[in-house]
Amino acid sequence: MKKILIVDDEPNIVMSLEYTFKKNNFEVFIARDGHEALDILKNALPNIIILDVMMPHVDGYNTLEQIKKDPRLKDTKVIFLSAKNKEKDIEKGLSLGADLYMTKPFSVKKLVEQVNELIK
Amino acid sequence: MSSIVLLIILSVYLGLLFIIAHWAEKRGNSKWTNNPYVYTLSMAVYCSAWTYYGSIGVAANSGLNYLPIYIGPIIIMPAWIIILRKIIRISKVNKISSIADFISLRYGNSRFLGALVSLICIFGILPYIALQLKAIAETFHVVTKTSTHSNIFNDTTTYVAIALALFASYYGTRYVDASEKRNGIVTAVAMESILKLFFFLLLGIYVTFFVFDGFDDIYAKASILENFKEKNTIGGIPQAINWFFLCILSLFAIFLLPRQFQMAVVENNRESHIKTAIWLFPLYLLLFNIFVYPVAWGGNILFDGQAVNPDTYSLLIPQFFNNQLITVFVFLGGFSAAISMIVVSSIGLSTMLSNNVLIPYGFLGRLQSDVQETNNKKIVNIRKVGIFSLIILAYLIYRVFVLEYNLFSIGMVSFVIIAQLAPAFFGAILWRRGSRNGAVAGIIVGFLICTYTLLIPYAIGFTNFEQAFINQGLFQIQLLKPFELFGLDYLDPVPHALFWSILFNVLVFLSVSVSFKGNYRERNYAEMFVDIDKYITMHENAFVWKGTAYISDIRKVLSRFLGEERTKRALNLFSLKYNVDKSQELADSRLIKFAENLLTGHIGTASAKILISSVVKEDKITLPEVLKILEESKENIIINKKLTETSRELKMITAQLEKANEDLISKDKQKDEFLDTISHELRTPITAIRAATEILHDDDDIPHEMKKQFLSNIISESDRLNRLITKILDLEKFDSGKQKIYVTENNIYHTISETIMQLKQLVENKKITIDLISEKNSVKAYYDEDRITQVLNNLLSNAIKFCPSHDGNIAIFITESNTEIEVAVQDNGKGIDENDFEAIFDKFYQSSNQNIKKPIGSGLGLAICKKIVEHHKGKIWAENVKDAGGKVTFTIPKFNRETTA
Repeated sequence: MKKILIVDDEPNIVMSLEYTFKKNNFEVFIARDGHEALDILKNALPNIIILDVMMPHVDGYNTLEQIKKDPRLKDTKVIFLSAKNKEKDIEKGLSLGADLYMTKPFSVKKLVEQVNELIK
Repeated sequence: MSSIVLLIILSVYLGLLFIIAHWAEKRGNSKWTNNPYVYTLSMAVYCSAWTYYGSIGVAANSGLNYLPIYIGPIIIMPAWIIILRKIIRISKVNKISSIADFISLRYGNSRFLGALVSLICIFGILPYIALQLKAIAETFHVVTKTSTHSNIFNDTTTYVAIALALFASYYGTRYVDASEKRNGIVTAVAMESILKLFFFLLLGIYVTFFVFDGFDDIYAKASILENFKEKNTIGGIPQAINWFFLCILSLFAIFLLPRQFQMAVVENNRESHIKTAIWLFPLYLLLFNIFVYPVAWGGNILFDGQAVNPDTYSLLIPQFFNNQLITVFVFLGGFSAAISMIVVSSIGLSTMLSNNVLIPYGFLGRLQSDVQETNNKKIVNIRKVGIFSLIILAYLIYRVFVLEYNLFSIGMVSFVIIAQLAPAFFGAILWRRGSRNGAVAGIIVGFLICTYTLLIPYAIGFTNFEQAFINQGLFQIQLLKPFELFGLDYLDPVPHALFWSILFNVLVFLSVSVSFKGNYRERNYAEMFVDIDKYITMHENAFVWKGTAYISDIRKVLSRFLGEERTKRALNLFSLKYNVDKSQELADSRLIKFAENLLTGHIGTASAKILISSVVKEDKITLPEVLKILEESKENIIINKKLTETSRELKMITAQLEKANEDLISKDKQKDEFLDTISHELRTPITAIRAATEILHDDDDIPHEMKKQFLSNIISESDRLNRLITKILDLEKFDSGKQKIYVTENNIYHTISETIMQLKQLVENKKITIDLISEKNSVKAYYDEDRITQVLNNLLSNAIKFCPSHDGNIAIFITESNTEIEVAVQDNGKGIDENDFEAIFDKFYQSSNQNIKKPIGSGLGLAICKKIVEHHKGKIWAENVKDAGGKVTFTIPKFNRETTA
């Protein structure tokens, strides 16, 4: 079973994502900020991570930087999913090594397609 | 005492001076070397061996005649505060390093005049240096009881002279720029001044109180000597006139002697030091003269009838009583007096020789190397060789001519020669019309008369040949008798020579200056010298020059002597001082003057002008034009001052504008961030709604429970969206001033209690205790209750959020004063970051150290609170309570009847 880690501090958005990916046969891990995400990643090796940018404590950019340092996660794909939709935010996210930057609000269907595409 | 012992003592003494000079040189401008006392004491170089030994000789032979030499300087001293200050100012701004520079610059930067002055100085001073060497040599022989050796190389004093020459040439040429301060030499000379005075006083006390029984005893014993009366009366009107001229002579000398100019002007660090000098220097001279008379007459008493040179009484007396210690001390004092004079004079003379004679008349061509070091080395070497050879030459003069005259008379001849510079020198700072030709003619005529009335007769005195010239005059014309020119028969030779030479000198100077117009450059410098106080700050402005010159050419010339680095720095300084654009290619008159100044210290004024002229193309200007330009430049200086002020104001305004602009940029950035954050905040609930709706729409198999949950999420996110929009609009209303508040009399205790009730559910969920602390349960004030409830709701919600998950506590304090009520909400959480105390009240403020971190809540709550409180004319602020947590306090005036907009 494919594993997915969802990192977001908005419980209602997380709920939709969790439901959708479980339905698509993913094992779903959930973190509410970068801290929790990195904690989870100590044990779990997801195929893909969906990462919000604006989060309390440790933001998405920082989290990605940490992820990139971990050699165990070199095959893990990362998608930024953020309401920050400016050109420079997107550029920054991609330059840090994210595989995709999707802006909020997003289409659930599209997200699932993109995820499947990335981990094919 | 054996020569060896005395030589050892001398070397130790000289070594000590070396160390002092070296130390002072290293200390640079410390308060030990740069103070008015060192300055004054260094001027006491005036008291040479002549003072030290010669005064006693004169006092012994002719009574009080030694006094005018000290009275002259003392009379003029108070005027120093004006005259000397003026000279110092002129010299500083023009980088003048000798009296030759001073005079030649004033008279149109004349190369010939500079050389003439230098030669007069060298001619006058060289025998004077010889005199000092003679004093050292003779006293050396007295102390060691040896006699002068006929073979110059077997005479120990030869080696003393060589050592002196080496010392002077080493320390006198430390800087290429001759206008630099020589702290080492100055401090060493000051030290020697203390020593020579101390040793002289020691001798005086010894003679007066140990050899004799006080002043009365000496007087009593002296008064019975032959000629006592004659020697000790001033001698009527003719003698008084003699005295008068001698005073004038020494008055000139204190300004004109190269060593005095060196110490008083070139080595002056601060104008204010003159203030000390005008009382301390006369005091010094006075102290020096207290014991001259007792020692002289003590000697006369002791050696009555014996053929001894009274010049050496000061050594012979202690020696007579076999007091070796005092004898050596006195010798060292005399030695100090002699060497400070020799060293300082030779430095002054060699600077003139190099900068005013050798370089402008020959060596300038050899200084064309493009490498600064090579040029500077050559200059320093010229001076080193100059100092060394001047001293050696003086020694040879002493040896070859074996000066028969006593110390006093040779010193006087020197003074008279140097005095020929007086009209040109004083004219330079007092009279605008004085011209170069006048100065040259005056000096030459004066010198010729002085040669006729003093030098030739004295020279004849050496040879004892043709006394007829003295007794009967040239061609046996009575009126041309050198000592009684034109029948003037009641003056002594020295005052006589001074009278006639200065009289003609002045007359020629005046008449030539008045009859023939000088060139414009002379007139230009005349203005700058006479009116130095007007030009002191921006004297380059006063320089009149017209023509074409390229800065790059001037830069090239400068760097040949100053080096690339210093040239660059100097030119930068210039463009800063005059606000000149650095990219400018053409040089103006100010830069020409500035460049000449920079070179002056190195190669003298005349050469500096020649060098600069060689790279620029100067146009002729007429005299009236110069005067017109000068008049304008005076006005310009005033205008410049105003301009500087205006430019300062403009700079201030610019700074204010820049600040305002920065504020605007920062406000603009804040606005951008605000919009950014708003859009993010609005998108977040929309995202949640969009996702949930999409799932509900696409997924037909969704379990009932999930469906319910998603729908409830959509409702709460919609509410959130609505709240957010309300808040944004609220804030916008406050910002634009559309928000109205309606104040009525309310009880804040009641309002707070109500608000707590609204939040009851939240509080209970988190198991938080709330304490409302107030003296009374009715605290009345005028406010808009709905709005203040909004504030309280916000503060309490925040406090609840920040309370720890266990044992959370919120304390609300109500305090009341005559004019206002104060409400503080305090939690027991982690507290607020100190840097955020003010910023948390900004819209969407995000803690500065984590600019991406999500704000807590909407980020608008506290901003709205602040607006509401401010509209009530109250204040709101955040702080931390030690060991307790964060605390936000606001105040509202009690009486706020007005409805504020």
